[in-house]
Amino acid sequence: MTIPADSDVAVARHADDPVTVAPSSACCSSASVEPSSVLPESGDGGLASSRSSRLRRYVPALAVGLVAWFLIYRELLPFAEWLAFDVLGLTAGTALGEAVAFFAYDGPKVLMLLILVVFFVGIINTFFTPERTRALLAGRREAGGNVMAAGLGIVTPFCSCSAVPLFIGFLTAGVPLGVTLSFLIAAPMVNEVALVLLFGLFGWQVAALYLVTGLSIAILAGWVIGRLHLEGWVESWVYDMRAAEVGEQGLSWAQRLEEGARSVKDIVGRVWPFVLAGIAIGAFIHGYVPEDYLASVMGQGAWWSVPLAVILGVPLYTNAAGIIPIVEALLAKGAALGTALAFMMAVIALSLPEFVILRKVLRPRMIATVVGIVATGILLVGYLFNALGIGSLVT
Amino acid sequence: MVEIKVLGTGCKKCNELYETALKAVEQSGVDASVQKVEDIDAILAHGVMMTPGLMVGDEVKSTGRVPEVRQIVSWIMTEVGRS
Repeated sequence: MTIPADSDVAVARHADDPVTVAPSSACCSSASVEPSSVLPESGDGGLASSRSSRLRRYVPALAVGLVAWFLIYRELLPFAEWLAFDVLGLTAGTALGEAVAFFAYDGPKVLMLLILVVFFVGIINTFFTPERTRALLAGRREAGGNVMAAGLGIVTPFCSCSAVPLFIGFLTAGVPLGVTLSFLIAAPMVNEVALVLLFGLFGWQVAALYLVTGLSIAILAGWVIGRLHLEGWVESWVYDMRAAEVGEQGLSWAQRLEEGARSVKDIVGRVWPFVLAGIAIGAFIHGYVPEDYLASVMGQGAWWSVPLAVILGVPLYTNAAGIIPIVEALLAKGAALGTALAFMMAVIALSLPEFVILRKVLRPRMIATVVGIVATGILLVGYLFNALGIGSLVT
Repeated sequence: MVEIKVLGTGCKKCNELYETALKAVEQSGVDASVQKVEDIDAILAHGVMMTPGLMVGDEVKSTGRVPEVRQIVSWIMTEVGRS
C-alpha cells in the first residue's frame, strides 16, 4: 500500500478555484506533470514508438543510478564517523559525539533506502490497480477472501482520500464487508516502506514479524467483522450505489518507470523532513538517554506499557518513515520489542483522518468496532512478543 | 465538441490533472470542454475508485494518476475521429 501520511481531509472547493486548500494527502499529493514538448500526434503508433525510445534512455540511467546507490551506501558508516569524529572533532563515546554520529549515519541511510524502496514499490503498484484487486476479490468467500484481501492490501496503491470510493466500489461489486475491511486495514497497517525500513535497520527477523502480525490482524479483524454480520452498520445509501466497470489501462514499461520516479518525487519529497526529525529525536535519545533507562517504563516487566503505547499511538499520526527511527532509539534503550512494535502499528494503522473520511460510509458504531478490534489485535501482538522475549533478536 | 471530465474530490493530483487536461486541449487545437466533477456519487457512477479519474467523451481513460499531455491529446484525437 502506498504510504499513508499526513491528513488527507479534502476540502470541497468551487470548481474554478485553482488554489489547493486541502492539506495534501499521501497519494493525492503533488505528482509532477511531465512537460510535453511533443507535438500532437494523431494515432497511438507515434506514442508507442516514443515510449520505446524513452525506455532505451531510462534503462542505462537506471543502471548507473543503482550502481552509484550501492557505492555510496557502502561508504555511509565510514563517512559518518569521519564527519563526527574527525571533521567536527567530537569524541566517540560522549553523548554529543554518539548523537551526531547516529544522525550522520542513519539520516542518509534511511533516506537512501527510502528512495530505493519507494521507486520499486511505485513500479509494483502500477501492476495492481484497485479495479484489478476488486475483480480478484469479488464473490470471494470469507476466510480465503480475507487472506487474499490483506495480501492485496500491501501491493495495491491506496490513499485515504480514495478510501470512500474504494469502499463503495468493493461492496457494490460483491466483495463481502469483512473482506473489504481486511483490505482497508491491511493497506495502511502493512506499509511497504515501514517493512523495508525495519529490514534495513533491524534485520529480516523484525521485518518478518511485522509483516506476519500485521497481516494476521487485518485478516482476523476482517473475518471477525464478517462473522458479526454488521452490514446494517454501513450507511444504507452505500448499497444503492451502482458501480460501473472501468476498462483496463495498459501501461508501457517506460510509463511504469516514470510512475516509480514520480512516487519518489512525491513521497520522498514529502516525508523527508519527518524522517530527519524522527532521526534527530532518535539521535537525541541515543546520545543522552541512559542505557536501559526505558527498560522500567517500556520494558518487558511493565505490563501496562503495551496498552499505554497503543493509546498514545492512536491520536499520533505520522508516516511510517518518520516513526521508525524513534522505534529504533526506543529499542536501543531497553524498550521491549512488543511494546515498540505495538506503538508503531497503532501510530500508522489507526489513523484519525482516515476514520473521519470513512465516517461518510460507516456508522460511528461500526468505526468504533473496527478501531476496537484492530487495537485489540495490536495489544495481543505487543504482549505476544514481550512474552516470547523476542527483543533479544535486536541487538 | 469533445467533453472532458476530471473526476476527483479535490485532492492535489486532481487539480494537476485538470491543468494537464487544459494543456492537452490547447495543444490539440480541438474544440473541447474540460469540466471538474467533484461529487462523490457522480464519480462513483463512472466506476472510478482511485481519484483522479479522466474521462474523454463517455469513456474513463485513466484513474489514480496524471497521464502525460501527449497521451491525453491522443485520446482527444481518437474521440474526434470517432464522432
